Amino acid sequence: MKQIYARPKSLKEAHFHYCPGCGHGIINRLIAEVVDEMGLRDTVICVAPAGCGMLLYNYFDIDTLESAHGRGAAVATGIKRVRPENLVFSYQGDGDLAAIGTAEGFHAANRGEPITVIFVNNGVYGMTGGQMAPTTLHKQVTTTTPLGRDSNLAGHPVKICEVFALLDGTSYLERVAVNKPSAIIKAKKAIARAFQHQLKRTGFSLVEILSPCPTNWKMSSVESCKWIDDVMSKQFPLGIIKEVTC
Amino acid sequence: MSGNAALGEAAVLAGCTCYFGYPITPQNELTEHMAKRVPETGGVFIQSESEIAAINMVLGASVAGARAMTSSSSPGISLKQEGISYLAADELPAVIVNMVRGGPGMGNISPAQSDYLQATRGGGHGDYKTIVLAPASVQELADLVPVAFDLADEYRNPVIILGDGMLGQMMEPVSFDNIKPKKDYPKDYILTGAKGRPSRMIRSLLFDTKEEEEHNWKLFRKYQRMEQNEVRYETFLIDDAEMIIIAYGIAARIARGAIKRLRQENLKVGMIRPITVWPFPMKVIQEAAQQVSDFFVFEMSTGQLIEDVKLALNGKGHIHFYGRPGGVIPTPLELSRIVSRHCYLAQRRKK
Repeated sequence: MKQIYARPKSLKEAHFHYCPGCGHGIINRLIAEVVDEMGLRDTVICVAPAGCGMLLYNYFDIDTLESAHGRGAAVATGIKRVRPENLVFSYQGDGDLAAIGTAEGFHAANRGEPITVIFVNNGVYGMTGGQMAPTTLHKQVTTTTPLGRDSNLAGHPVKICEVFALLDGTSYLERVAVNKPSAIIKAKKAIARAFQHQLKRTGFSLVEILSPCPTNWKMSSVESCKWIDDVMSKQFPLGIIKEVTC
Repeated sequence: MSGNAALGEAAVLAGCTCYFGYPITPQNELTEHMAKRVPETGGVFIQSESEIAAINMVLGASVAGARAMTSSSSPGISLKQEGISYLAADELPAVIVNMVRGGPGMGNISPAQSDYLQATRGGGHGDYKTIVLAPASVQELADLVPVAFDLADEYRNPVIILGDGMLGQMMEPVSFDNIKPKKDYPKDYILTGAKGRPSRMIRSLLFDTKEEEEHNWKLFRKYQRMEQNEVRYETFLIDDAEMIIIAYGIAARIARGAIKRLRQENLKVGMIRPITVWPFPMKVIQEAAQQVSDFFVFEMSTGQLIEDVKLALNGKGHIHFYGRPGGVIPTPLELSRIVSRHCYLAQRRKK
């Protein structure tokens, strides 16, 4: 009998223990599938973040280093410069990339480091209990914006892909989501495309993934997925933001 | 050659293939030397966007198996402390150079020794230690670079070279003959992609308190091994000494000049100079305390080394102190006058 679906080799025999409805499990699996399908398991090196995303060390069966909050792109730079033959990606959340690690991400992108950033945007700080992130939407209620984010006081949602698109070092920037099967298929293609850009050394690549956080959004899983379509993707439009010839 | 350039050249000869740094005075000649020399040898030089980025690039290069280095001066080292703590927790080798300047805060760019406690107590968050080498001449600066890299590899731990603006910028003849080719250290922890072996995970997040505790005890045992095996110091005229100056780095260089003057006045003063300020040479000071009761701590700060001397003496003997903070460089004459006054007072006390 032909096997058409199985656990990716790049995932350990472990159960995801992310919150119900969280997008990290899907994204971890997509990365593992892409790594397997592109035959990269032997050469891939992952840089894990702080925050919920760091739990990936329980699941990925690939070489992984955990970095300090925000420093993923700098750490990945150090690895990639020493081992240009390896595929190096960092996995970062919105607080990680768009707040504390803005400088590291921005300058790695500007240098055109041939690394890939998997940027998981759920608009909140998940692990610390749902505080405002740089990507929190206008009027969105979080534990530190109890009356909703007021742009006069707390600024505006940061659009990383659009900002990075202005940098000459970036080669591939796409925003995707993991809230429904059709979106998940697109997300997987985007991850594969970003890795291809890295392998061809065209520059810095980043995939921003809108990901549900039902626990901190105080919604059901179904409502969260719908909210991404109805509200979140209006602020963060999906699609390829930039691609240079690969 | 300037101390900064000599240090950089020694690093290249010691097999440093990765340098990441951010400009700050008074250590820029080092960064500039590396910008030229490291790429010539096929290595990696990046002028990073910040000190924080630089130390994290070092972390990445180290986990990928390279001999990696960064350098800075006081305010920049404060920024690097995050990464140094992670390097220690992850048990990754690296060499970090601090050419200390006057502080706190922005301070000034003049030589000082005010980062002693930051360097010797771990400096960043958590229970960790780094070996700290404190050279006193341009030649010693160069000679200690390969030692620093070897110790980093040997113990899989960050090693700090603690200099100052004067040492970094002064010009002296220097020979690189003492730099031996690097030894082969087992690199069974580095990340290369999991080809033909189980995947590796380097992390410092240990949710399980028992696991975290065991990790900290393991690191502690390693620091104990360093304390047993890696103490380095130099003594100068202590055999007949009635007073011993304890000073390190450039202050020890000044003290040496002062001692020569004091000896001309027939004052029997010698010196113990810690070369490793961590691990601190406790034993030689304790041994000296059997014969000598007066110890004179001299440093270019308001008194940080004095804590270690007190710990070493553990209540024995008298400790005198002279310090000049803020980037002021005392002369040997100035120091000799202060010390001779203390010598006479000590003699009077004995009578």
